[in-house]
Amino acid sequence: MPATSDVSGADMALLISHLDVRFGRGEEAVHAVRDVSLTVRRGESFGLVGESGSGKSTVLRAIAGLATDWTGRIAVDGEDLGRKRSKAFYETVQMVFQDPYGSLHPRHTVDRTLSEPAKIHGIGNVGGRVEALLHDVGLGPEFRFRYPHQLSGGQRQRVAIARALMLEPRILLLDEPTSALDVSVQAEILNLLQRLKHEHGLTYILVSHDLAVIAHMCDRLAVMNAGRVVEEMDVDQLRRSQPQHNYTRQLLNASLGYDRDKADSLLTFD
Amino acid sequence: MTASSANAPGLRAWLTSETPSSPLQARCIQVYLGWLGLARNPLAMLGLAIVVCLILAAIFAPLLAPYDPIAQDLQRRLLPPGTPGNLLGTDELGRDILSRLLYGARITLYVVALVVVTAPVFGLLIGTVAGYAGGWVDTVLMRFTDIFLAFPRLVLALAFVAALGPGIGNAVLAIALTSWPPYARIARAETLTIRNSDFISAIRLQGASPLRIVTGHVVPLCLSSVIVRVTLDMAGIILTAAGLGFLGLGAQPPLPEWGAMISTGRLYILDQWWVATMPGLAIFTVSLGFNLLGDGLRDALDPRSSR
Amino acid sequence: MSGPGTGSLLEVEGLSIDFPTRTRTVHAVRDISFSVGREKVGIVGESGSGKTMTGRAVLGLIRPPGIVTARRMDFDGIDLTKLSEREYRRIRGNRIAMVMQDPKFSLNPVMTIGRQIDEAYRVAAGAAAGAARRRTMEMLKAVRIRDPERVYKAYPHEVSGGMGQRIMIAMMLVAEPDLLIADEPTSALDVTVQMQVLAIVDDLVSQRGMGLMFISHDLNLVASFCDRVVIMYAGQIVETCRASELHKATHPYTRGLLASLPRVDQPVERLSTLVREESWKTEPGVDARNL
Repeated sequence: MPATSDVSGADMALLISHLDVRFGRGEEAVHAVRDVSLTVRRGESFGLVGESGSGKSTVLRAIAGLATDWTGRIAVDGEDLGRKRSKAFYETVQMVFQDPYGSLHPRHTVDRTLSEPAKIHGIGNVGGRVEALLHDVGLGPEFRFRYPHQLSGGQRQRVAIARALMLEPRILLLDEPTSALDVSVQAEILNLLQRLKHEHGLTYILVSHDLAVIAHMCDRLAVMNAGRVVEEMDVDQLRRSQPQHNYTRQLLNASLGYDRDKADSLLTFD
Repeated sequence: MTASSANAPGLRAWLTSETPSSPLQARCIQVYLGWLGLARNPLAMLGLAIVVCLILAAIFAPLLAPYDPIAQDLQRRLLPPGTPGNLLGTDELGRDILSRLLYGARITLYVVALVVVTAPVFGLLIGTVAGYAGGWVDTVLMRFTDIFLAFPRLVLALAFVAALGPGIGNAVLAIALTSWPPYARIARAETLTIRNSDFISAIRLQGASPLRIVTGHVVPLCLSSVIVRVTLDMAGIILTAAGLGFLGLGAQPPLPEWGAMISTGRLYILDQWWVATMPGLAIFTVSLGFNLLGDGLRDALDPRSSR
Repeated sequence: MSGPGTGSLLEVEGLSIDFPTRTRTVHAVRDISFSVGREKVGIVGESGSGKTMTGRAVLGLIRPPGIVTARRMDFDGIDLTKLSEREYRRIRGNRIAMVMQDPKFSLNPVMTIGRQIDEAYRVAAGAAAGAARRRTMEMLKAVRIRDPERVYKAYPHEVSGGMGQRIMIAMMLVAEPDLLIADEPTSALDVTVQMQVLAIVDDLVSQRGMGLMFISHDLNLVASFCDRVVIMYAGQIVETCRASELHKATHPYTRGLLASLPRVDQPVERLSTLVREESWKTEPGVDARNL
């Protein structure tokens, strides 16, 4: 596995080396991520693509500290992370979840959801920040005191993005942020994410099963299968349909649409 | 922002606004919508009416009662219902049954209120902490709960009262001690389904402490099922209190406690049926009222059925 | 307008589905007409467009307070609007089958998977136990389940979501229905498995003349898989065309949807977003019966 070592420490946002994540113990244990090494440069959009069970979301959860049973090395801005995360970590790294219906507390207003992080971290002028961020993600002030059930899926995801930005993080982990949305809403959210990236100078790590979304959003990507990174490439290689690994080629082929003859030639990789 | 809502005509518009402008208004709208859901259910409204009547009777007992509930008049003893001046008749000591029932509402309400502020709160605390913490904390707290769950309620209450002496306070304590475990179990079950959801992951990622997560995020979601369960249990609590009174271990004479009233009335049940029947009807009506209200609340509060 | 085409399996005219609520009536589907022959018809739309409701209405699965009205709803000479619940049950699963989005709710949790598929086959084909078991194993293999022996004996909670979906598909196809209504049948599956499952369905259409109503939000997939596409918006059919000509679609809604898709081979700076016109809701719908 070529651990990209050509990146100097200074402009490196995230470094993962030899990451293993397990769930459960003994014979039941699932080895979800196996020996994954990645580096993400500051200001870059990095894509993790793979099918369900490939371990791509688990990598994200290990970075975020939500999956605790990992070994290996995870460093953010050159600083190694332990099992427990500091307050400063949460001000650097934030996450947007896949399901906009499950990631907002159903009994909390938008205002409460957005102001809570500021209260935890003792940031002043909470009301002003909430209004500014709502505006930033394209929601008017009339949304401030609504409950999640009064919002559409796209509006919820905008609120979730605003919440992630409340602490002004530098790195945003995006876990399939648009896969639960309609395509027209997906386009709006992806555009919003692109704009916010430029305005806030963010680094994205985007997990998706959709190669087209990854190709649109990212500069570089890693393809995962069965817990391992099978290939790392930049997006031009993907666009020119020049993946090296058979699995990636197959994924790319399948994502182009249905073809009766192609279906028979598909292989299972384990 | 506040001006725009003030200009809107009337409270109704304020309560049905699509764009609330303050946390207070947002909350009021939620309560109002819940109320609309409840108001659509006629049985629940009947239950609510009964409960409201109980509360009003307890508050205004001195004004409503025609006689002193403990004043005896041996010349007017065991008068049947409908006797002029004694609408529901009199008991074996010539006390007006209607007056005793109205004052008895105070005791019933006192028992209910004391149990409500203790058992569910304790149960909620144990259940949510056990569910959220998991591991050995969960094991210890839930085995502790199991021990209490294994006691038969009335027998423990009897033992308790026998040890501490009869009286309404001890009866309440005994009931509260035996009724919290079901709330702890409900709260734990709800917490287990909530704790792995994305919105809890999200707040953990904001650096929130476990205390903040449990009190601010988990408890509000467990609350509605616990409220429903409490309302449904209310009938059982009233019956237990009445049962203790009936056995002479709850409220002591001459307090007009409904269960104690039935207990003395049973001596006359064949010839003067009303002495035991009237408090029995009161217990029945109030229990039914709480049950109907509880069922209605379950339909109105359950977030799954509201979609 | 041509009459009931001889090749047409399902013919629907003027289907409406309404849901009265406390304050107003929600018109989930508004006066749509379409037909399905022995072909693959894709019904595409966003959430809330009424596409799922349409599929359920054909199977008589709209429960009160929902109200279904149709001028005509014929399936292979049977007038579906006049069927009693009992008569509907004889058709469901046997002549018309449906694969739902979420398999977990469609399988009986206390019966082994093998028994459920066996039973579906025996009811449909009147086969003996041994034959049913053989057919079930064949079907499980056909939907690319690697260890059919184990899955045969497993209970629904013991399999993953994607496998549950494939089992559902196997169960629906084992009865060899004349019409299959598939509601986002493959959205929970990985693309590679999705291709393989679609190939099985494809073969049933081309070799046995089954009709397929393929309900999906995935424009690319429908365009490459189906023969004909029906595009729904706000309860109406706004456009219909040959699947191969979807890229030439003319309705601004369809064009907008197509344009908002990111593409691997055509990088863009910003994705175009859909601007919804109020007139799309009021303009008359399109009759999708003939093409």
